[in-house]
Amino acid sequence: MNDTVAAISTPVGEGGIGVVRISGTDSRAVLERLFRPKAGKTAGKKAVSAGFQNRYMRYGHITDPVSGNAVDEVLAVFMEAPRTYTGEDVAEIHCHGSAVALRRVLSLALREGVRLAEPGEFTKRAFLNGRLDLTQAEAVIDLIQAKTDMTFDTAIRQLDGSLSIEVKKLRDGITELLVDITVNLDYPEEDIDELTQQDIIQNLSALCDQIEKLSASAHTGRIAREGLRVVITGKPNVGKSSLLNALLHESRAIVTEIPGTTRDTIEEGLSIRGIPIRLVDTAGIRETEDPVEMLGVEGSREALAGSDLALLVLDASESLSDADLRVLRCVANRRFIAVINKCDLARRTDADDVRAWIVSNGAEQTNEDRSVAVEMSVKDGVGLDTLEDAIEDFVFRGNPKTGDSALVTSVRHSDLLEKALSEIREGIDMSARGETTDLIEPNIRRAWEFLGEITGETATADIINEVFARFCVGK
Amino acid sequence: MKQYEMEQYDVVVVGAGHAGCEAGLAAARMGAKTLVLSIQLDAVALMACNPAIGGTGKGQLVKEIDALGGEMGLVIDKTFIQSRMLNKSKGPAVHSPRAQADKRRYHEEMKSALERQAGLDLKQGEAVDLLFDDDRVQGVILRTGAIHRAKTVILATGTFLGGRVFMGESTYESGPCGFAPATALSKALRDRGLAIRRFKTGTPARALAQSLHFERMEEQKGDEEIIPFSYMNETVGENKASCWLTWTNAKTHEIIMKNLTRSSLYGGLIKGVGPRYCPSIEDKVNRFSDKERHQLFIEPEGLSTGEVYIQGMSTSMPEDIQRDFYRSIPGLEDAVFTRAGYSIEYDCIDPLFLYPNLEHKEIKGLFCAGQFNGSSGYEEAAAQGLMAGINAALKASDRAPFVLDRSEAYIGVLIDDLVTKGVEEPYRMMTARAEYRLMLRQDNADLRLTEKGYAIGLVSRERYETYLRAKAETETEVNRLRETAIKPEDAAELLSESGFMPLASGISLAELLKRPKIRYAALSTVDSYRPDISARVRERAEIQIKCEGYIKKQLLQIERFRKLENKRLPEDFDYFALDGIRLEAKQRLSRIKPISVGQASRISGVSPADVNVLLIYLKRGGLW
Repeated sequence: MNDTVAAISTPVGEGGIGVVRISGTDSRAVLERLFRPKAGKTAGKKAVSAGFQNRYMRYGHITDPVSGNAVDEVLAVFMEAPRTYTGEDVAEIHCHGSAVALRRVLSLALREGVRLAEPGEFTKRAFLNGRLDLTQAEAVIDLIQAKTDMTFDTAIRQLDGSLSIEVKKLRDGITELLVDITVNLDYPEEDIDELTQQDIIQNLSALCDQIEKLSASAHTGRIAREGLRVVITGKPNVGKSSLLNALLHESRAIVTEIPGTTRDTIEEGLSIRGIPIRLVDTAGIRETEDPVEMLGVEGSREALAGSDLALLVLDASESLSDADLRVLRCVANRRFIAVINKCDLARRTDADDVRAWIVSNGAEQTNEDRSVAVEMSVKDGVGLDTLEDAIEDFVFRGNPKTGDSALVTSVRHSDLLEKALSEIREGIDMSARGETTDLIEPNIRRAWEFLGEITGETATADIINEVFARFCVGK
Repeated sequence: MKQYEMEQYDVVVVGAGHAGCEAGLAAARMGAKTLVLSIQLDAVALMACNPAIGGTGKGQLVKEIDALGGEMGLVIDKTFIQSRMLNKSKGPAVHSPRAQADKRRYHEEMKSALERQAGLDLKQGEAVDLLFDDDRVQGVILRTGAIHRAKTVILATGTFLGGRVFMGESTYESGPCGFAPATALSKALRDRGLAIRRFKTGTPARALAQSLHFERMEEQKGDEEIIPFSYMNETVGENKASCWLTWTNAKTHEIIMKNLTRSSLYGGLIKGVGPRYCPSIEDKVNRFSDKERHQLFIEPEGLSTGEVYIQGMSTSMPEDIQRDFYRSIPGLEDAVFTRAGYSIEYDCIDPLFLYPNLEHKEIKGLFCAGQFNGSSGYEEAAAQGLMAGINAALKASDRAPFVLDRSEAYIGVLIDDLVTKGVEEPYRMMTARAEYRLMLRQDNADLRLTEKGYAIGLVSRERYETYLRAKAETETEVNRLRETAIKPEDAAELLSESGFMPLASGISLAELLKRPKIRYAALSTVDSYRPDISARVRERAEIQIKCEGYIKKQLLQIERFRKLENKRLPEDFDYFALDGIRLEAKQRLSRIKPISVGQASRISGVSPADVNVLLIYLKRGGLW
């Protein structure tokens, strides 16, 4: 129970700062491994120690100890047990409020061997260590119960459908391998194909590839690591760059009235309602002779291919044209939101027209169960809220909004995938070294358990059941 | 009927099968005045099914029984006729000893051990009812009217209780091997309100060796080097017999499938639940119809008989069909059968009614062991018998229960699985059931358990000293291997043979041994001062060194596991009074009455959140 845990302990959102809290015996060591103090003006000549004094806040950077890259500029403090919130050694890292920064700092801590805190775990530890009044016990229980149920439910529901299927497939693959191992180890006298070291390596290598691929491509995993990829697309001069700027609340892209101004794709990181987002502005898609612009259009198509969500920008002051249709076709097999811009001008097209147009062009079914069309005027700042609502809805998929859990579960998922992967990799190494199957099996079983935690399947009796279902063994 | 008072005992054991024998011996050895009852003394330690002891998971159980001061290991060492270490090539965590027994001699040796045991009375007699005082058991009543009073009673009734045999279309009340069943006790227990279930098991036909064509089968010989089951024996006798392998074929399957409805199982006569891991041949052929052949072993039943056991071919087919399909198998064409295969249904309880010390939750002083608890197998029975015997003796002298946890022994895994998760079919031990398999090895059961057995007074002084010597010898050898350095040039040949690069500098023998594929035996070429030590010490020194890193890792996991095991829960805890625990969990917790938070966490229907809430209540109540 005294292992070290970490979590983002401020609500995720548009706060100025956010806090990653680490509690447990390793918290000082972990903090010191991640923290690089900023050399003060006078300290330039002598090395600044990474060590923390009890209850002194220090200014510096959290850096990735592997790459050496700075992740965020922070204030950090270490507090010695027992006079802390949890009653254990506690480190707090005060980051910038951005969800991306918080998540990166948390991921680094997890990589240093810290476990992700369960919902309500800090409070639970505080209570168990005698830091909370006895009368608060009931509240703690409610908290654990409510938070666990909520997180558990949302963790499963929030899973991208495809991730869930992939994880299940992976897990089925591991189950099969474990069943083969079990029957080989527990029924050595039976007439059953021997599982060789080579078979195990092959199986594990295939699993390893699959997990790596999944880890890299999964919706949730990538949201956690890079943010949701949102691509702004549309025919030229419908206001894509203006929309980007509006969402960023600042001017980054060059906005002109000449169609085709944006020739490269522009990428920006931002946070909408606490959801980390990579927003990509693209060159307008149109038939073009200009070679430079052609490159840009090609880039747009590529950007679309890697997106989680597309914002298809249309012009309310014009009728829907062939040019719009070309863009619709590009997004038709993706998830997208139609954004009808320039509603401040004389209207030629409204949301109903757009919905009918989407349906008649057969793009509907891929857009979840409904086409979303948002009317707005970027110029006047009208409708921006509605668009942000729609993006948020997209992430939560109509599930109850559960505050910080979206982010936490995302981190949780990538964390679990990583853990499963490292168990499998170790298993491959062991197998290659010639270790016997009984020694490798615990690694495979742990990988199986980690994946089970993602999908919420934790039953462990399956393997033995499966042995008897698949093999004819016994006297 | 006139009843009369006989003796007063601390422990009365009903049944003298593999569970009953260990139970009686353990209780008596711990100083309890003990009676062991058997319906027929010729059925003491009867091997009603296959003539073998050990196997995967089971061999480990026998070693543990022995390490705690039980009898099974000693008896099989005296009576084995062939011995093999299974899984030798698959790693130390799954090395599993298995021996063919001379069935008759096994029975005689075990019976003799009971006869010789001070403080133990072995009697032929059929218990027909239990005596109660309120919710406390007081003794047993025999068919003759004799009353034996006792502080505790152990039920180890096996397939005798309510036994019913099935063979094709015929069925009749019977115990195993034609012995009388215990029908009166079955009825009495039901009348007392015990929830009784029906399980079934089965056995194949026995044939005469002289009628078989062994040249048409494959011989399977015993190991050249035999490591004894008992830690008390440094060496044992030799292999005296072989087993033989042969296979079924399309003809066999055709006969079975054509007559499937004539089997008791498929004919619908059998109601009891049978184990999937011990399927009858009709089950195998029917369920795995794509399998072209099934393997079977011919195992000798002993040296003084020509009878052989046809392992892999248990059946509830009628005798004529049995004869036909057995004879379709190569080597069995002219087989003469002495006994037909049959299925047997028997009474058992839901083990969720038991505490981890195997005492019944509703009847104080009543302990249960073996098939009565829903397990299957001689070794599983013996392990529970031993623990029931220990705990009945402890209870009779008002001492605290003796419970092993999942990290200490297969016995712990076995009993925890039974009393925490329950069973839906007869339970068989497998190494896959043990999370800490690498620690629960067959080579180290004495290191794990003998100290504990000594502390409760079961392990004799002699055994304890033997253990201390073996332990010291192992340590000495491990240290010697660690401290003996080898020059690079001396190791060169050994390394290149195993596919390793030559060394740049010296290395200890232990470091060499840690490399996979390099075995202790092979090291002899570079290890000139090797001491003369027993095979057992050699084996475990090798494993200790080879697996050191993995063992350390597992020990860390065990440490975490123990934290929850050590948080005890009071027996009378009112789970319904707790807010924040889901109703289903409250019901399960109230029913199972876990003794620790660890046990609670393994109950199906109790979530991690429920466990967290439980921890908070315990903390608040100042319970730990």
